[in-house]
Parts: sequence; structure tokens; C-alpha cells
Amino acid sequence: MSSVPASAFLALALILFCIGLFGALTKKNTVIVLISIELMLNAVNINLVTFSKYGMAPSITGQVFALFAMAVAAAEAAVGLAILMALYRNRKTVNIDDMDTMKN
Amino acid sequence: MTISGEFFAFMGLALVAIIGGVLLLNLNKVVHMVVALIFTFVSIAGIYILLSAEFVAAVQILIYSGAITIIMLFGIMLTKPYDDESESKGGKWKKILLFLGVIGFAFAVYVGIYNFPIEQVPSALHENNTMEIGKAIYTKFIIPFELVSVLLLAALVGAIILAKREDKEADKE
Repeated sequence: MSSVPASAFLALALILFCIGLFGALTKKNTVIVLISIELMLNAVNINLVTFSKYGMAPSITGQVFALFAMAVAAAEAAVGLAILMALYRNRKTVNIDDMDTMKN
Repeated sequence: MTISGEFFAFMGLALVAIIGGVLLLNLNKVVHMVVALIFTFVSIAGIYILLSAEFVAAVQILIYSGAITIIMLFGIMLTKPYDDESESKGGKWKKILLFLGVIGFAFAVYVGIYNFPIEQVPSALHENNTMEIGKAIYTKFIIPFELVSVLLLAALVGAIILAKREDKEADKE
């Protein structure tokens, strides 16, 4: 039995998700945008692990799912960084406002 | 909610996690932002331990505070540092409106989770946590597990091909 209610964990995940969302939408540096997306994925993982412990039928499935989400997040970070490197070689910028080739 | 050691541990970890996130939004230098985020990742690992998920906590420290932070620092140091100081036109209004939108989203979700009626059932997740995860992965989740290995291989090959220098450029040097 735990003395911390499940709502507290869900609220923490919500706050972290909102910080990540705000950072991903406002920051100018592409690396920081990628990191904010990682923060949002982390908040979702907190939710998964919380629901694996609380609720009517606690089971290990939530933790396994969080591990899969982490693997996908790591792959996404590596590919995102590679795309950023290729873009930097061609355009010499990491400012996200300058990456508007498809707009014109 | 009774006052106990677990409660204090949760409050401390949550506070450090949120402070790390807020510093990510407010610091000026890009490297400082990444270092602030390490605090968030480590305290999220502590939160996982409170939720009796020791193996996930270990993986969190290895993958996030280790691998992803280092890879992002590489990304920052291999590109020209672009610090978030110059405001583009209309940047302030965009920020204010986005802030209001995010606050609205947070409020909507908070109304949903506030006093969410979750009954606590005694669980045995903390006993032999790693062994249970291994059993689940190699029986019930064997196909997703193999698919993840294919995905990681594809990501590895894709990242190398994307980041590789073009042949013409390499010949010139």
C-alpha cells in the first residue's frame, strides 16, 4: 500500500508533458526541440508505470510497454540527430525558423 | 494522504524534476539546458523506484541520462551554437498564446485526473521485478521484442546513412 495517491503521479506526468510541449513549440534550436520531445515521451512513460502499479489489476505489462517506448524514443533521437547533421551540412543552421524550404 | 517517508521522497523528486524542466525553458545557453534536463531524467528514475519498477529505473538512467544526453550534447557541439536570445517577429505574442493554450490543456486534463477514483490493490510488482519483466518479454511479448530489434537495426543503418558525408564531398578533401 502506498501513501502517495495515483493522482499525484499523474499530475507530475501532466506538468512534465506540458513543459515539454511548450518547449517543443517555442524553442528555436532544433536540438532543444528534440530534447523537449524526449521529455514528453518520458512523461507518458510515467503514466504507463503508474497504471501498472495502481488500478484494479496491477500487472507488469505497463512496465514492459514503458521499456518498448524507451527503445523507440532512443531510435527516434538517433535518427533525428542524423537528420539534423545532414541539414546542418547543407544549410549551415540549426535555427528552426530557417528550415522553411518546403514553404516557398 | 498520510505523511510518510515515501511522501517526502515523492515531493523531493517531483520538485527536482519540475525545476529541471522549468530551467530547460528559461536558461540561455543550450548546454546548460541539457544539463538541467539530466536532473529531470534522474529524478524520474527515482519516481520509477517509488512505483516499484526498479528495472525501468535502471534503464531510464542508462538510456536517458546516459545515452540520449550524450548524443544531444554531440549534436550541440557539432553544430554552431545557436542560443535562444534573438526574438523573431511576433515571437512574443506567439509565446503568450501558446502558453495560454498549454495552460488550458493542462487544466482540462487536470480536471480529468483530479480525484481519479483508483482503488489500490496490493501488488507484488516489487518482488523479482527484473525476472518478471524478462518472463513477460520472452513469452507474451516475444513478437514486439523481435520487432524492436529490427527497428533498432533500421534506425542504426538509417542514422549512419543520413549522417555520412556525401561521396563528392569526401573526394574533394
